[in-house]
Amino acid sequence: MTDDAKRSGLSRRSFLRGGAAGALSGGLAAGLLTGEAAGAAAATDAEAPDTVGPGPVEIELEVNGATRRLAVEPRVTLLDGLRDRLDVTGPKRVCDRGTCGACTVLEDGRPIYACSRLMIESAGRSITTVEGLGSPDAMHDVQQAFVENDAQQCGYCTPGFVVATAALLARHPAPSEQEIEAGLGGNLCRCGTYKGIRAVVEGAGGGGVSGG
Amino acid sequence: MADYSWPEADRRALIGSRPARLDGPVKSTGFAKYPSDQNPSGLLAAKILTCPHAHARIVGIDTSAAEAMPGVRVVHVIQGEGSEIQWAGDEIAAVAAVTEEVARDAVRAIRVDYEVLPHFVTEEDRDGAPDARAAGERAEGDPDAAFATAHRTVERTLGMPQMAHMCLEPHGQVCSWDGDELEVHASTQAVSTLAGQFATELGVPASQVRIRTEYMGGGFGSKFSPDRWGIVGAELARKAGAPVKLFLERDQEVTVAGSRPSAFARIRAAADEQGRLVAWDSDSWGSGGLPGTGQTPLPYVFSRLPNRRTRHTSVPTNLAGSRAWRAPNHPQACFLTMAVLDDLADELGLDPIDFLERNLDLTGRADTYREQFAIAAEMASWKERWQPRGRTREGAVHRGLGVSVHTWGGRGHSSNCDVTVHPDGAVEARIGSQDIGTGTRTIVAQVLAETFGLELNQVRVSLGDNVYPQSGPSGGSSTVGGVTASTRRAAQDALREVLVHVAPRLEAEPEQLVAGGGRVFVDGDSSRGMSWREAAAQIGGAPISVQGRNPGPGRLISSGVGGVQIAEVEVDIETGVVHVERVIAVQDCGLIINRRLAESQVYGGLIMGVGYALYEEWIPDPVSGRLLNADMEFYKLAGLVDVGSLEVHMMTGPGYDERGVIGLGEPPVISPGAAISNAVANAIGVRVPYLPLTPDRVLDALAGRGGPA
Repeated sequence: MTDDAKRSGLSRRSFLRGGAAGALSGGLAAGLLTGEAAGAAAATDAEAPDTVGPGPVEIELEVNGATRRLAVEPRVTLLDGLRDRLDVTGPKRVCDRGTCGACTVLEDGRPIYACSRLMIESAGRSITTVEGLGSPDAMHDVQQAFVENDAQQCGYCTPGFVVATAALLARHPAPSEQEIEAGLGGNLCRCGTYKGIRAVVEGAGGGGVSGG
Repeated sequence: MADYSWPEADRRALIGSRPARLDGPVKSTGFAKYPSDQNPSGLLAAKILTCPHAHARIVGIDTSAAEAMPGVRVVHVIQGEGSEIQWAGDEIAAVAAVTEEVARDAVRAIRVDYEVLPHFVTEEDRDGAPDARAAGERAEGDPDAAFATAHRTVERTLGMPQMAHMCLEPHGQVCSWDGDELEVHASTQAVSTLAGQFATELGVPASQVRIRTEYMGGGFGSKFSPDRWGIVGAELARKAGAPVKLFLERDQEVTVAGSRPSAFARIRAAADEQGRLVAWDSDSWGSGGLPGTGQTPLPYVFSRLPNRRTRHTSVPTNLAGSRAWRAPNHPQACFLTMAVLDDLADELGLDPIDFLERNLDLTGRADTYREQFAIAAEMASWKERWQPRGRTREGAVHRGLGVSVHTWGGRGHSSNCDVTVHPDGAVEARIGSQDIGTGTRTIVAQVLAETFGLELNQVRVSLGDNVYPQSGPSGGSSTVGGVTASTRRAAQDALREVLVHVAPRLEAEPEQLVAGGGRVFVDGDSSRGMSWREAAAQIGGAPISVQGRNPGPGRLISSGVGGVQIAEVEVDIETGVVHVERVIAVQDCGLIINRRLAESQVYGGLIMGVGYALYEEWIPDPVSGRLLNADMEFYKLAGLVDVGSLEVHMMTGPGYDERGVIGLGEPPVISPGAAISNAVANAIGVRVPYLPLTPDRVLDALAGRGGPA
């Protein structure tokens, strides 16, 4: 089995069992929209089928370095889970269809659209959002470069662009035009901040900005 | 009488400089909490059921299944039995529930029976419109006689469709009641005026409605009102006794929350042998959805053109009403006019810049445009590189250059600002304005710090809350003039009060004192001074607090700007694909407070302009009456690699600075459609009559077919 395969399907069940036990002992993340928590059908039964849901499922994942446990319906996207259940609101919901990139987060270091991933698929994985890269008092180099190049106006696309840019530069410290297109072509801005974003990315080759 | 003015150029420490926006770090780290990020304790999620038909009557509505669902707290019928619905996407009912998923389930469980009625959504077909109505006709001079004797005449039918605002943060709000006090975290451009509108609808005094908008994710003219979903959100929260978050889903956002009216026109224009415009005749029409549209200001910029006749027809459709879209009416009027004038220049065998320059006396600001043409042409190497149409090609790829000019007002709006100086030297401004991404927070801080001779990080600005003094909605490029004028007046008055207390200590008259470099001192003798902190301590135990207003005395702001843009494109005549290689913008806006933010506004306008020139359009389905692209997959925004090289030249310095502060949000978005269309015509030798310049339209034009709009 590959690592990915181990993380999906059957092998997740044993993980889910562990998560549920944690929840029962009081470790459940304080859901902001908590209606489903009480009815959480924990997948702890040894006779449980190989499917989960449609009711809430106990899961555990790492978000910005902290272990979070929560009960969430399988249909809930990673994005809605982060925003609605965990109050991690850096990633934004804009298109909700894998087009605009405003919800971009890192999953085990790889950029993904959080709107196009079910939260239970991220169980056992490590999620880094824009808040996990740096804070206003200790910004990541990419975040600092966004400020210095005025690569943001209203700022609603910015969290996704910052994460995508950090991922791009981590992979390609001095990206080619094709690498820029591949790395940032999946993010959209409405205010028109591309000039600044391009300056961030192209300035990176000069040594000012490092990725990841 | 106190004097209110901007410091002389050699005394400006911050005004005109390039400080980074103050909220940059909280935005780039995701720490900024937008209205849609608010998650108060006990929050409920709300969703809206919309009508799938473009025109229908509600025959029956049954909410019982939704009400019975676990987790559903309130079901609210917005338009019940008997209501006539006039556009797809109109709001029928709303649900508040414990999670978004449950709210969506409940919305799906509501049964509505409709009697479907005939609809009309394709306004480019004016003759097929059931409710088209004459909306104004004007004539001046004798156009018929002028056309009869003209040297050259062109006639074109041109147009551009409706398009969406596509704010990335959808319209919406979080409403919380505490007794009969309402707090609304709203994604709005109008913090100070929203409370009254909520209050009227909800039957509570405006004094009990708090509006908060620390950050917001884009408006572009579409976020001035609470909207029906705002009132419904407040009603749901009141009925549920819990806070309610209601933000539109993306399909709703695209369909009902903001569009720019379309504009079509059959235009004739004529010139004499000297290349002077002598006649204009336009028959225009357009739609802004159900309300139709008003007159498009034709001819644009060259408005003193003699012998002109303009007719306009308003074409209502079964689509949601349009909203103010960045520079209302101007991009449409600019495209219709500049495309025709460009074609006329070609007919005359003239370089379009030469042709426009010969007619600058027909504009309101000939000197500005002349100066801007020279700068833009130099930046583009126009004289060396421009060639008549269709002559610049390498195989299938043709290159072209196009030019356009535009104008805008941009006078500062009504604004009040409270400035307080504390005895410890702390300085703050409170203003009921909002930072919609333009940098309002930063420019207010610059004015404040400049006036008191402090660093930017030594002053504090609070905005985005209607507990602060009222300041106007952010629309029409009116904010920068309004807030900088009110802040400057308050700050100058507050400083004068401080100086009165300081003067005796320095054995000087207050009028002799100035603030600068963190000190207060005798002008011309900096040794006779003290630190700002020491100066502030002289005011005694109580802070000094002063309100400044706009409009008001002193020459701080004005209005009226011009701009010139040049676009360079590559067109592949085999695929019809247009690529924008370069856009040059030369723009004036009076005294610039922050060069970096001003340039960002222009870049943003150009990028939005590339979007509507090449990609963006509402595509209503004539059969169903629904939009076929109420999403972001098929409603295309320009991406990072689509916009080419962008170059901006701001007109500043003597001759411009003296005019004071003028707004800049609108002007740069006006010309790109015209300049890019003209560049495509220059590249391929024929006019593509409709925007956006999609491959099918380009190929139709090359094949000699007018093609569908």
